[in-house]
Amino acid sequence: MWQNLLDWIEYRIPMMRVAKMHAMEYPAPKNMNFWYVFGFLATIVLVNQIVTGIWLTMSFEPSAERAFASVEYIMREVDYGYIIRYMHSTGASAFFIVVYLHMFRGMIYGSYQKPRELLWLFGMFIYLALMAEAFMGYVLPWGQMSYWGAQVIVSLFGAIPVIGEDLTVWIQGDYVISGATLNRFFALHVIALPLVIVILVFLHIVALHEVGSNNPDGVEVKRKKGSLKEEEKTKFKMHEYYTNKYDIIDDVVPFFPHIVLKDLVAFCVFLLAFCYVLFFKPEMGGYFLEAPNFEIANPLKTPAHIFPVWYFTPFYAILKAVPDKLFGVIAMFAAIIMLALLPWIDRGKVKSWRYRSGIHKYNLIVFAIVFIFLGYLGGTPQEPWKVTASQICTFLYFAFFGLLWLYSKNEKTKPLPERIG
Amino acid sequence: MSNAPVDNSRRRFLTIATSVVGGVGVAGAAVPFIASWNPSAKAKAAGADVEVDISKVEPGQLLRVEWRSKPVWIVRRTPELLAELGKHEDLLKDPASEEPQQPEFAKNQYRSLKEEYLVLVGICTHLGCSPQHLKDGAFEEQVEGVPDGFFCPCHGSKFDMAGRVFSGVPAPLNLVVPPYMYIDDNNILIGTQEGAA
Repeated sequence: MWQNLLDWIEYRIPMMRVAKMHAMEYPAPKNMNFWYVFGFLATIVLVNQIVTGIWLTMSFEPSAERAFASVEYIMREVDYGYIIRYMHSTGASAFFIVVYLHMFRGMIYGSYQKPRELLWLFGMFIYLALMAEAFMGYVLPWGQMSYWGAQVIVSLFGAIPVIGEDLTVWIQGDYVISGATLNRFFALHVIALPLVIVILVFLHIVALHEVGSNNPDGVEVKRKKGSLKEEEKTKFKMHEYYTNKYDIIDDVVPFFPHIVLKDLVAFCVFLLAFCYVLFFKPEMGGYFLEAPNFEIANPLKTPAHIFPVWYFTPFYAILKAVPDKLFGVIAMFAAIIMLALLPWIDRGKVKSWRYRSGIHKYNLIVFAIVFIFLGYLGGTPQEPWKVTASQICTFLYFAFFGLLWLYSKNEKTKPLPERIG
Repeated sequence: MSNAPVDNSRRRFLTIATSVVGGVGVAGAAVPFIASWNPSAKAKAAGADVEVDISKVEPGQLLRVEWRSKPVWIVRRTPELLAELGKHEDLLKDPASEEPQQPEFAKNQYRSLKEEYLVLVGICTHLGCSPQHLKDGAFEEQVEGVPDGFFCPCHGSKFDMAGRVFSGVPAPLNLVVPPYMYIDDNNILIGTQEGAA
């Protein structure tokens, strides 16, 4: 009976075939460590954002007159409204935490290298869409920081020569940030960008499963057809889609249940931290929700200090480090474009930092520290020493890519193992 | 099924013609979607001109009015304030107002129609914050020897009492002078200038 039903469905849509190909019979390297849980966590957070987002739209009113009050209404009068909103706002920050860790994983293990360039690019597009999504979402409560943050970000487009002014008015739908801006950001935040993000995530996963997952050793588990002896091949049954094209080495496990169970352990740990913030520190000391945002937007009064939320502050510091507005904007976007170009900047053949030179490890660690420090500089009040510090850090940020390009060509690497240890 | 030979050049012509017509259609259909992002008729109406009575502004005082939802400052400058303007021009980025940040009539040292009254859009040209008016020596903390000026708390940009930006601050340009005109001695109209449509 059950089998008949499954057969009936399978004849009409490839349900089990897809499940097997992408989960039960998908070869995942057995040495994936904790760095490999963040993709899974990002997916979970995405689901959280979508579900809580849908519920928030049920009570939110996207107008300059009502937005702020309707958020207060959600917080104070809707049953459990405050939990749903805090799940959404904490989820936004959690999203960036797991995405930054996910990206850094890709950098240390060379997951952007051939043949995973497109996979990396899809990831970067997700990151861009996510930044736009987060920025517009932050405008919706229509607090002081919503308003003035939007003012600062939208005015970045004004730096573009000739068309800048008109472009700004077009984006705002008014001569200043106004209700018109709020309404269109709402539309983009709840419909357009989530759709884009979901489609990009789908493509990201399709691309991942086509080239296969990388691992901490950066040793490919899919080998040329006919290159492995029978006893070297995996004993697990993997999908023909992979085994017809490749010999798969005996260092893999099926994604489901092996990797999924490991991911679920990570999910429990994540949930613990997430719930702690959700219930005890929903504003995270002003880092997840900034204090001026508890005051309604006032176009005639600028808050004493304007900062973006923490996940934008490294790029904000780069923007401020350059004395010229147009070049500051260019530097900020260049900082993101450099990341997207990593597969072509890194000319090395060895993927994982485990087998790469000392200078590469050092370069990666300095980059991570510089990125975090830029985040600090961009998120705290302006002081004279910070200008110099931001400039040095901006230089170091770009130096990472320049150095990588230079030394990766003839880098002294360690010999790669034949098998995953 | 006819057995007529395939006419490839006709196929190519039809393919190109169909693509062009389709492309024009897509471009035409995109117009309403792009144009709907422009300020609506309501927003344009709200951006209409503002009439201000300036006769009640005391010397040295700053009056804030709203024009197109932006703060516009009207400062009645004392002769002392006007005298100050010439003294620190070497510290300014654009003392002669070369950049088109003002209507032609205000391209002078005072950046105004009448020396006494300064009319400015009170939004920092760096990233859109509203600077503070520091007067009677309070500005000395920011620029030594200049007792009055505007200071932006966001990123530390500084402007003098004609809205001219000091060197070495993030703001790239002088503060914007909006188009305005005197209706009579006591009233100005912000948003329109004489001779302009």
